[in-house]
Amino acid sequence: MMKINFKLNDQIVEITTDPNRRLLDLLREDFNLTGPKEGCGEGECGACAVLLNHEIVNSCCTPLANVIDQEIVTIEGFSKTKRYEVIKDAFAKMGGVQCGFCTPGMIIATESLLNKNPHPTDYEIKIGLSGNLCRCTGYNLIVEAVKEAAKAGEGIW
Amino acid sequence: MVEAFIPKSLSECLELLNTHDLKIVAGGTDMLIQNRTHSSLPIGYKGDVLYISQIEELKNIYEDNQFVYIGAGATLETIMENLSVSKLLRETILEMASPAIRHTATLAGNIANASPAGDSLVSLYLLDAEVELKSLTNTRRMFVKDFIYGVRKINLEKNEMITKIIIPKLKFSHAYFKKVGPRLSDAISKLSFSGAYLVELGRIIDFRVAFGAVNIYVVRSPGLELKIIGKTVSQLKNQVEEILNWYEPLIKPINDQRSNKNYRKEVSLNLLREFIESLN
Ligand SMILES: Cc1cc2nc3c(=O)[nH]c(=O)nc-3n(C[C@H](O)[C@H](O)[C@H](O)COP(=O)(O)OP(=O)(O)OC[C@H]3O[C@@H](n4cnc5c(N)ncnc54)[C@H](O)[C@@H]3O)c2cc1C
Ligand code: FES
Ligand code: FES
Repeated sequence: MMKINFKLNDQIVEITTDPNRRLLDLLREDFNLTGPKEGCGEGECGACAVLLNHEIVNSCCTPLANVIDQEIVTIEGFSKTKRYEVIKDAFAKMGGVQCGFCTPGMIIATESLLNKNPHPTDYEIKIGLSGNLCRCTGYNLIVEAVKEAAKAGEGIW
Repeated sequence: MVEAFIPKSLSECLELLNTHDLKIVAGGTDMLIQNRTHSSLPIGYKGDVLYISQIEELKNIYEDNQFVYIGAGATLETIMENLSVSKLLRETILEMASPAIRHTATLAGNIANASPAGDSLVSLYLLDAEVELKSLTNTRRMFVKDFIYGVRKINLEKNEMITKIIIPKLKFSHAYFKKVGPRLSDAISKLSFSGAYLVELGRIIDFRVAFGAVNIYVVRSPGLELKIIGKTVSQLKNQVEEILNWYEPLIKPINDQRSNKNYRKEVSLNLLREFIESLN
């Protein structure tokens, strides 16, 4: 057990726990943030994705020890931003959401990509989303949604 | 209960390694999967662990005239984005895993994991990359090919860790990495290949090829490469079949569920043929 500090959705949090826990379990159980989901638990599907210092990581393969003094944003925190509104509208407009299981991870992946590269090519979008599995849409609609977000959100990334 | 040590400085880290029996965790992308238990339980490590991600001084990437030095804590993504790093290595990393994994995984972790399917290894062998190993009292350098001596077997003392990966600056006319696997990313590779050459005035000045995941170790033969260096490009191309025969006995694929043995051998030799035919 030890005292762990980090920034979570814009607030400094301090919690006494075992640093050998997975970030995913901490978020869901201690903070009731259930946007990140356990799909595969092995880093393959992206359903558990969050932002670590503005970059996408899988919370199922991130130990708590590695987030000490760092900044974590989950889909819950991100959904309070203008960028989220743009991405959400683009996904809705282009049909990038069906069952929705992959959607929080896809939105996190989109933010991580556009934050670094506001004008990605199709190839760069595919690489940016390559760690996120979707069983429903066949990906093309999601690629279109990311392109739409980049266009509609011109200037905010 | 498994104890966790989370040092902020390298000296503190080496001190801990010297006095405790600890397993290192960098990004944790291999360690967490290998020690996975039930969800909501702590990670099922077999013993106490040493987390190195908080050590800023391990994250530097810098260069001198001869080498680029990559800190053991640098993530795959930061290495990939650093233009001083060999283009071949950066392109190799782009083929590894996904952005989410690359944002935390390290190159040192890929080396120390010593999996025959470790994608960086092919290019690191080809580039004659070295690791710097440090303990509280000693620093040594070793070629990656000597550091790894079997599947998951590495030349690392209990009180030592990798602190840097050292990449020679080499001049090539062209170099590439190819991975034959089921999906764009996240496929622990079935088969990989790196090739590099330097040609001046039609003559081959440097020629290197390495094969990954075909044997229990990466296959590279400096002896065969020396037989090729000095030839003209057209001589080499006329000899393709002979050269494939030289390499054939070195390529002994492991049979596992990922890929059929003969298929892997055939594909490896085809990748070599394609590479030779690409020379100009
Ligand atoms: C979904 C997924 C996809 C993947 N795709 C690929 C892929 O395409 N290609 C590929 O090659 N790999 C892949 N991997 C494997 C893994 O991501 C890589 O091997 C990665 O580079 C490991 O780095 P890490 O920092 O996460 O290592 P960790 O898990 O932290 O450590 C791995 C090993 O290295 C040791 N270690 C770490 N740092 C040091 C050090 N400084 N000194 C001494 N020992 C050390 C640890 O003790 C451990 O034994 C994938 C993994 C996942 C989960
Ligand atoms: S649950 Fe983490 S990547 Fe699938
Ligand atoms: S919308 Fe169902 S998994 Fe992507």
